Amino acid sequence: MKKLILVFLSWTLLASAPPVLEARLTPKRSVLENGMVLLTSEERALPMITLNLLIKAGSRYDPQGREGLANLAARLLTYGTRSRTALQISEELDFIGAGLSTGCSEDLATVSLTLLKKDLDAGLNLLADVLTASVFPPEEIDRQKKSVIASIRARDEEPGAIAQTKFLEALFPGSPYGRPVEGTEGAVERMERAELVEFHGRFYRPNRAILAVVGDVSHQEITERLAKVFQSWDRGAAAEEPVPSVSPGPANSIYIQKNLTQANIIIGHEGVPRSHPDYYAIQVMDYILGGGGFSSRLMDSVRNERGLAYSVYSMFDAEKYVGTFQVTMQTKNESADEAIRIAVEEIRRIREQRVGEEELQAAKDYLIGSFPLRFDTNRRLAGFFAQVEFFELGLDYPDRYPEMIRKVSRGDVLSVAKRYLQPEKLIVVVVANQEKAGIKK
Amino acid sequence: MLENGLKVLLLENHKSPSVTFQVWYRVGSRNEEDGKSGLSHFLEHMMFKGTPKVGPEEYSRIVAKNGGRSNAFTSADHTVYFATMSREKIGIAIELEADRMANALLDGSYFEPEKKVIMEERRLRTEDNPTAALAEVTGAVAYTVHPYRRPVIGWMGDIEGLSREDLQRHYRRYYVPNNAFIVVAGDFSTPEILSKIKATFGKIPRGPETPKVRVEEPPQRGERRVVLKKEAELPFLLFYYHAPNFKDPDSFALDLLSVVLAGGRSSRLYQELVYHKRLALGVDADYEGLSVDPTVFSITAQVMPDKDPAEVERAIDSLVARMRAELISERELEKAKNQVEASFVFGQDSVFGQAMRIGQYESVAGWRLLDSYLAGIRKVTAADILKVAKQYLDTDRRTVGTLIPIKEKKQ
Repeated sequence: MKKLILVFLSWTLLASAPPVLEARLTPKRSVLENGMVLLTSEERALPMITLNLLIKAGSRYDPQGREGLANLAARLLTYGTRSRTALQISEELDFIGAGLSTGCSEDLATVSLTLLKKDLDAGLNLLADVLTASVFPPEEIDRQKKSVIASIRARDEEPGAIAQTKFLEALFPGSPYGRPVEGTEGAVERMERAELVEFHGRFYRPNRAILAVVGDVSHQEITERLAKVFQSWDRGAAAEEPVPSVSPGPANSIYIQKNLTQANIIIGHEGVPRSHPDYYAIQVMDYILGGGGFSSRLMDSVRNERGLAYSVYSMFDAEKYVGTFQVTMQTKNESADEAIRIAVEEIRRIREQRVGEEELQAAKDYLIGSFPLRFDTNRRLAGFFAQVEFFELGLDYPDRYPEMIRKVSRGDVLSVAKRYLQPEKLIVVVVANQEKAGIKK
Repeated sequence: MLENGLKVLLLENHKSPSVTFQVWYRVGSRNEEDGKSGLSHFLEHMMFKGTPKVGPEEYSRIVAKNGGRSNAFTSADHTVYFATMSREKIGIAIELEADRMANALLDGSYFEPEKKVIMEERRLRTEDNPTAALAEVTGAVAYTVHPYRRPVIGWMGDIEGLSREDLQRHYRRYYVPNNAFIVVAGDFSTPEILSKIKATFGKIPRGPETPKVRVEEPPQRGERRVVLKKEAELPFLLFYYHAPNFKDPDSFALDLLSVVLAGGRSSRLYQELVYHKRLALGVDADYEGLSVDPTVFSITAQVMPDKDPAEVERAIDSLVARMRAELISERELEKAKNQVEASFVFGQDSVFGQAMRIGQYESVAGWRLLDSYLAGIRKVTAADILKVAKQYLDTDRRTVGTLIPIKEKKQ
């Protein structure tokens, strides 16, 4: 234990030269023989390593009628392999104090592992085991099904989560992007072991994976170890993967009755995917409208001037193939109507008048100035590297980012506001005590 | 320590190009009175409404324009203001914080709208959040006289009744350099930052000594129970056992006890309730020793649909009874220690997290205790864990809160 304390104190000795920002944000990249993309960055200040793996095995690959399959597969990775039971896996992990978690989104399954440097070999063995040798034991499947179903029900007591689900359902009807990754209770109940095994065999392949490693290890060292533990992990067949086509649903108003003190409101419509050329101008515009925390127009008009909400923000969430625009806020039932009216007014205003020069400059200054500070932990760095790779932004992305923001003009902001904010297409979701909210429909 | 009584704690850490600057005021809901709950939190909101030099809401804008992030939070024990910025810009946050320590206007024209904002915050965090509402009412029963029985955000009626004069009095009384300390962590140079702090905060005169809170919670003799019936999907169970804070040497064993019970999927509560018996969707055990006065050790369980909370309670009871009767194995002890040590290292990954930890230690028992924390953990034996389980996980010293979901008719 002495050793750890010494490390703690020795930081001051590293004080001499401030790190070069671009170098910190630019990982080493290589493609392993089996097709996995590896991104690494040495961070030697602490004896720890963070690994973040993305794999193209999200809920968009769920077969019809089997909604929730990808999510269940991701959850079950750590519940039994050819050589370890679920309990053995958690015993081994807990004994070294490591954190191993899995997750699932529409596009991707994720596996992340954080451990001490001295436990790297043990951790990599486990990581390889859960990725390549999961066996999906029947009793574990049953257990996880019940757990997923309980989670689906538990979501019904979170008004914000209900609003989000209804919004996406209305925006992307009939699409994987319009339903929760957990699927439905019925579909989860019906899931069979053979389907999980088949899904795993098909989608959990190294040539569909991106692994970012940040911490106390070199690129070469980790490459050698990965080659060893992933020896038997073979490429999958390079299947044709059509870009998903998604047609957004029409303007709509959705009112969900819940006995709440606040109306939980989402208003929004389709956004743009991450690769869209106007993405950066849109981010600047959105910062001014409602993305800029305490500095935004929505915060001013809804919270500061009228005291209608504690939290109000807008967001252009850009994924690989789809994007959304949404304004999210909560206000007491009785003022739901007023809050929606004001938010819509702000959306109209930024489409009609140029933003102020100072407002624009403040937005750009924040986005550029905060960029290197946003990745101030190993975990955030690893997440950032993996995203940059998945979105194909290029290793020089951190160097290009400031310029892409800097060149956005007031005219650009107006033009993207006009084009990508569409008041006539707004989907409005209100989860509230509807009698008290009494929205004029 | 500056001459005006303001203590400064600095931790240089150059692993990332950011600096966190935090001002900790030793005031929170613990310092409030009946009928005035939520005062500290309300004041925190009003601190963003400007000074003669800086306009309302300008603080956040100035920090953001310089690439930084800022916010504040209030707990039972303290009110903390923080900004995370680059080394070149952090001086801006220092000037702004020094300015509002001495010159906040608490402008009356912003008082009423901000009161509404805080009431919305309470609706969001507590009224419409079944588990938070359960924790609030259970806390109000676990403590009978100590101010920890009041919620930090305040009771709705109290918030409504607070006046601007209440805030001004609270500000004058507690926002003085001798009732605060500063924590800076990250990429900075000590001489530079220290001279900046002296040039700004050093000018603020020392204030009168702040009133001490001397309320002691009398020992509990006999279990207390509280039921909350509310619209929800799953029942929820919450056990509060009275426990000492980090000043007590038992705290190391209590920390490990919480890990043995609920640290990871191989832990006892998880194995028994979630994995084998499938009674709970999730479980947790938490020892929050970083509090100024004695605290609680909590155990929580989110009950699976169609399971009876009484059955879950019995399962927890028999597990706790075992903890109080038998020594844990050496391997289980080693595992818990490894988990605590690893998470201690992981916790240093974020400069913000580091600064938070230093601040919490300082406010409870002095920041130096942080350096001996792991050594203290290392020394704990299985017998120590048995001893604290026996002493503190006592049915007569606990309060049990149960959330019973009621369903509304679907329309």
